[in-house]
Amino acid sequence: MSDKTTPALNCLLPITVDNLSLAMNDRVLIDRITCQIKGNGITVIMGPNGAGKSLFLRCLHGLVEPDSGQVYFAGEPPSPAIRQRQSMVFQAPTILRRTVLANLLFVARQRGMSNSQTSIDCLAQLRLDHLAQHPARLLSGGEKQRLALARALIIKPAVLFLDEPTSNLDPTSVDTIERNLQLVRQQGTKIILVTHDLGQAKRLAGDVLFLNHGKLSEHSPATSFFKNPESKAAKDYLAGKLVF
Amino acid sequence: MSIYSDSLAAAFGLLATADSDLMEILYLSINVSLLSLVLSCAIGLPIGAILAIRQFHGRDTLVGIFNALMGLPPVVVGLLVYLHLSRSGPFGWLGLLYTPQAMVIAQMILITPIIIALSCQVLEDMHEGYKDFFDSLVVPKRTALVAYIIDARYSLMTVILAGFGRAVSEVGAVIIVGGNIDHLTRVMTTAIALETSKGELELALALGFVLLSISLAVNFLAQWLKASAKRRAYV
Ligand SMILES: Nc1ncnc2c1ncn2[C@@H]1O[C@H](COP(=O)(O)OP(=O)(O)O)[C@@H](O)[C@H]1O
Ligand SMILES: [Mg+2]
Repeated sequence: MSDKTTPALNCLLPITVDNLSLAMNDRVLIDRITCQIKGNGITVIMGPNGAGKSLFLRCLHGLVEPDSGQVYFAGEPPSPAIRQRQSMVFQAPTILRRTVLANLLFVARQRGMSNSQTSIDCLAQLRLDHLAQHPARLLSGGEKQRLALARALIIKPAVLFLDEPTSNLDPTSVDTIERNLQLVRQQGTKIILVTHDLGQAKRLAGDVLFLNHGKLSEHSPATSFFKNPESKAAKDYLAGKLVF
Repeated sequence: MSIYSDSLAAAFGLLATADSDLMEILYLSINVSLLSLVLSCAIGLPIGAILAIRQFHGRDTLVGIFNALMGLPPVVVGLLVYLHLSRSGPFGWLGLLYTPQAMVIAQMILITPIIIALSCQVLEDMHEGYKDFFDSLVVPKRTALVAYIIDARYSLMTVILAGFGRAVSEVGAVIIVGGNIDHLTRVMTTAIALETSKGELELALALGFVLLSISLAVNFLAQWLKASAKRRAYV
């Protein structure tokens, strides 16, 4: 693969996770995770429900402070300045009580982008341009998730976190979202995606982090992960068995 | 039923001719209540906003206190304001007792907690809903607050209407500190109380009718705000 990547975007790599732990109410939720995320492929995080995937993503993005351990972006600890160059699409995105276009303009304005044409183009990219003046809260699930992705992409993030962005969506929305992820990946955005959808993981993943009980069971390139997973938990998960 | 029909007819007569006593009372009522409302909002909305978005020691207790103060009995407020403003009281030298200003003070004490508690609730809900997204986007606190206010504008207007409704219909506090003095501190509610006790039902009914209309109008406005907010998916 010879992707043309914008060096300016990739300067938050590698992402180094050093012995990250988090407990809440005396329950260990993230258990000594150490890994290094790099390269321009999409990094997919998989694992059973309650494994800690969402919390791990929040720790990476700096929304949750870990109890111990540290995350580094190209050697720098998380900071608001670094977070400003990342975007996150939440599993249930917050939609501002405004029109679709106003949702996008709000985000653009936070980064000092005043040209509304950029926002309109971004909407078209996600097939939402015909809904620009629509109240955003009245959108369907798929349209809301596409709007959330449009808001995430408009700032051209160096790192894009997505937490199960396509669960329960119609196939057309899933397709639009996946196409856009491939596109921005080629333009140099590092994508870290939590998904339950095995098909999606196979379509998109460059490497896979498998989490179970807050622990990192394995971190492998996608090809070897799907063909020959190392850990028993991942093996069971891929075989469609219940993972305990 | 002739007591109704006779009095109502007389009441409409007063209203139709814009009877000067009636108009004076109406004018003062609206003035006192609006001034109380404006001042209460000037104090209450910023406090509500701070309580909604800042976490500090004692914050929850404070919110609890303001919630409890929403149910202050007006006569007790009237009595306390009276004690402070009476000639022997600590603020007696201001000479405010039995003036419209005293009534404004009493009404502010009654409705400021309402403005604080309800606006705090509205803005706290916004904060809860928007927090993750705004944290991720690194939105400054001030910008976030402005966004909450813009996006919750319908709910906040309902809060303000609730304050006005309480102020304009309240009698217990203003009758004590205002004294219901003709041409000076007589407002709708105190006039109704007085005229009824004198058996002058026409003026009482005419005023009651206007007060009821204002109350209903405020409530309809609140309903309408809610409905249009819903229609545009702002809630
Ligand atoms: N704020 C919180 N307080 C306490 N426990 C939490 C909190 N957030 C998540 N958890 C718990 O942490 C575990 C992992 O949650 P999560 O990261 O959401 O899992 P998932 O892998 O399904 O995304 C779950 O058992 C959840 O109950
Ligand atoms: Mg999750």
